[in-house]
Amino acid sequence: MIETLLQSVPFQIMLTGALVGMASSLVGTFLVLRGNSMLSDAIGHSIVLGIVVVWLLTHQQSGPFQIAGAALTGILTVFLTELLVTTRRVKKDAAIGLVFPMLFAIGVLLLNVYARDVHIDTHTVLLGEIGFVWLDTVDVLGWSVPIALLSMGGMTVLNALFIGLLYKELKLATFDPDLAKALGYAPGLMFYALLFLTSGTAVAAFDAVGAILFVAFVIVPPSAAYLITDRLSWMFLYGGLIAIGSSISGYYLASWWDVSIGGMMALMTGTFLLVAFLLSPRYGVIARLIRQRGQHRSNETRTLAVHLYNHEDSARRDEENVTAALREHLLWDRGKARRVLLECLDRDIVRREGDILTLTEKGRGLAREILAPHGG
Amino acid sequence: MSLLALLSDYTIQNVVIGAALLGLVSGTLGCFAVLRKQSLLGDTLSHAALPGICLGFLVAGTRDIASMLTGALITGTLAALVMLVLTRHSRLKTDAGLGISLSLSFALGVVLLTYIQGTNNAAQGGLDSFLFGQAAATLRSDLWIMGGITLAALALVMLFWKEFKLVSFDPAFAATRGLPVATLETGLTVMVSLAVVVGLQMVGVVLMAAMVIAPAVAARQWTHRLGTMVLLSALIGIASGVFGALISAMGRGLATGPLIILSASVLVVISLLFAPGRGFVWSLLSQWRARRHLRSQQVLTTLYRLAMEHKDTTYRTQQGMVDTYYGIGTRLSLARLQKNGLVRLRGQDALQQPGWELTTDGITEAQRILDGLGHGDRR
Repeated sequence: MIETLLQSVPFQIMLTGALVGMASSLVGTFLVLRGNSMLSDAIGHSIVLGIVVVWLLTHQQSGPFQIAGAALTGILTVFLTELLVTTRRVKKDAAIGLVFPMLFAIGVLLLNVYARDVHIDTHTVLLGEIGFVWLDTVDVLGWSVPIALLSMGGMTVLNALFIGLLYKELKLATFDPDLAKALGYAPGLMFYALLFLTSGTAVAAFDAVGAILFVAFVIVPPSAAYLITDRLSWMFLYGGLIAIGSSISGYYLASWWDVSIGGMMALMTGTFLLVAFLLSPRYGVIARLIRQRGQHRSNETRTLAVHLYNHEDSARRDEENVTAALREHLLWDRGKARRVLLECLDRDIVRREGDILTLTEKGRGLAREILAPHGG
Repeated sequence: MSLLALLSDYTIQNVVIGAALLGLVSGTLGCFAVLRKQSLLGDTLSHAALPGICLGFLVAGTRDIASMLTGALITGTLAALVMLVLTRHSRLKTDAGLGISLSLSFALGVVLLTYIQGTNNAAQGGLDSFLFGQAAATLRSDLWIMGGITLAALALVMLFWKEFKLVSFDPAFAATRGLPVATLETGLTVMVSLAVVVGLQMVGVVLMAAMVIAPAVAARQWTHRLGTMVLLSALIGIASGVFGALISAMGRGLATGPLIILSASVLVVISLLFAPGRGFVWSLLSQWRARRHLRSQQVLTTLYRLAMEHKDTTYRTQQGMVDTYYGIGTRLSLARLQKNGLVRLRGQDALQQPGWELTTDGITEAQRILDGLGHGDRR
C-alpha cells in the first residue's frame, strides 16, 4: 500500500512541494527574523547564473556538487552586496537591487548564447515544472524515486540538521548578534552558512518551482508563523505545517482549475498568511480590534465610576448623578450612555435609586483606586 | 553592420527609442525611490505587474497593450498597498512585507498566466514575453503609449518638484509645512509603477528592479544636488538603454533586456570607482597619499630626534638604523624627503660613517612638526 502511494504521481508532487516548503521555511525563519527577507529574492534570482555555469561545466544539474557549486553564486550575491554596503556609497536595499539583476542578466545572456547546450530555458527559470517531477527518476532500493524528491529531501534534512545542531547559537546570533559576537560564536560566519544553505535549497527547489516562487516559500510561511507565536521552536512547527498545507491544497486547487501547480502552492501560503494576519489570537487584526474595544468599554465604565464618585457628596449630586447628565456633561449619546450604564449595572458598580445613580461599595472602591492608584 | 545602417533599420529604431524612453523615465523616478530608501519597492512593483498584465488581457480578450498596462499599473499599486497594510497593521517588517507582496503577486501572475494558456485563446501567444521583455517586438504604436506615459511622469515631476524634493529628504518637515505627505508619497510610488509599465516591453518584469535603481545610484556618485542628480540619472538611463539596444542589435541573438541592465551596471561600477570626490579610486589614492606623507614626517622627526640625542645637527643616521626603527620601506620616504630638500645623503669621510643628514630646511620642518604635536623638545 505504501508502495502504491509512493508511486502515485499526485503524492510525489505534493511531497516534493511540501519538502520545498519545509526546507525553505526552515532557513526562511531566520531570514525573516533578522529582517533580511529580500536576500532570498536576490539569491533566488542570481543562482540562475550558477545553475547555467554549472550546467555548462559539468552537463549535469542534480547531484550534491552541482547544487553546492550553483549555490556559490548565492553567496557571491550576498558578498558583493555587503562589499557595496561597506564602501558606504550605496544603501543596503539599493545594493541588493543592483547586484542580483546584474548576475541574473549575465545568467540569462549565457542561456541565450548557449541555448542549444542547456536543458533549461528562460521560462523554466521563473516558473519551474513541479508537475513533471516524476519524469526524472532514479532507482533507489528498487523504487524509482523522482530526483527532485531526493534532492529536496536531502536539503530538508541538511537544513534541519544545521538548525538542530546549532539551535542555541543561531537563536542567540539572531536575537542578539552583539552578545553572540562577544561570546565568540562568529554570528557573521553562521549567517553565511545559513545563506549558503538557503542558496542550496534554492538550487534544489529550482526545477520544481522556479526562482521566484521559491521566494514565496522562504518568506511567507515563516511570516505567517511569526504572526502566530513568539517562540522560535513553534515558528518552525507552524512554518512546516503551513508548507504542508499549502502544498496539498495548492495541488488540488491547481488540478481543479488546471493552472500552474507551483504557482497555486505559493499562492496558498498567502492564504495561510491572510488567515494568520486576521485571526491570530495574539497578533491578528481581529484580536487586536476586540482588545481595543474591550479597552474602550472598560475606560467608559471607569469614567462613569469616577464621575459618580466626584459628585457623590456634592450639593449638585441630584443634577450630576442622573442619566440625563451622562448625555449633557460627559457628552455621550443616548445609545452609549445606555450601554455603559447597563454594563455598570451588570457588573454591580452602579445602583439605580429612582432617577439617582449611586455607586455600590465595589464601584466606590474602583473609583478610589483610579484616583489614587497607590493607596495614597 | 555599421552604426548608420543599424540606426536606419525600422525595428532597431523602435527598440532604441523605446529603450531610451525607459531609461529616461526610470532614471528620473528612480532617484526619488533610491533617496527615500525604497529601492526594492521597484522590484516588488515590477513583479506585481505580471498579474495585472494577465488581468488586462483577460478583460480585453486580446493583446491590447493599453489595457494590459493599465492592469499592470493597478496591480502594482495594489501590491504596494498590501505591503503597506502588512507592515502597518502587523509586526512584520518592511523587508518581509516587500517579499510577501512580491512573491505572492508573482505567484498569482503565474497562476493567471497558466489559466490563460489553458483557455486556448489564440491571441495569448507570447504573453510570457513580459517576463523578460521582448524589445524586438516593439511597435510604433507601443512607442506612442510609452512616450505618453513618460511625458506624463516627467510633467508630474516638474510640476511637484519642490514638494517631491521636500518629501524625499525631510518628510517630517514637509508635514509641518502642511504638505499632504501621504498623498505625495503615494504619488511617487504610483509613478515608479509608471516607470515599470514603460519597462515591461523592453526589459520585462524581472529585471526592471535594476533599471529603477542603477541609474540613480550611478548619478548619486557624481553630485550632491538633486536637480543635477535627476538630470544625470536620466542621461545615464538613456545611455544604458541605447547601449543595450545597440549591442543587442549587433550581437547574435542576445536579449535586449539583460544587455540594458548590464550596461547600467557597468555605468554604476564606473561611477562608484571614478566619480570625482566620492569615487572609490580617488579615496584610495588620497588615503595612500596621506599614509605616505605621514610616514615621511615620521622618518624626518626620527632623524631629528637622533641628531638631537647626539647633540649634533650634522649627525648622519645610517639607512640600516632607520630600517630597524620602521621595518622596511623607509628608502622611499627618505628619497621623497631628499627630493624635497629636507635631508641629504652624505658619504663616508675621515670622521663619520655614511648616512642621512638633515638639511637646515629639514631641521626647521621637523621642529615645526613636533611643535604641532605639542611636544617639541628644542634644546
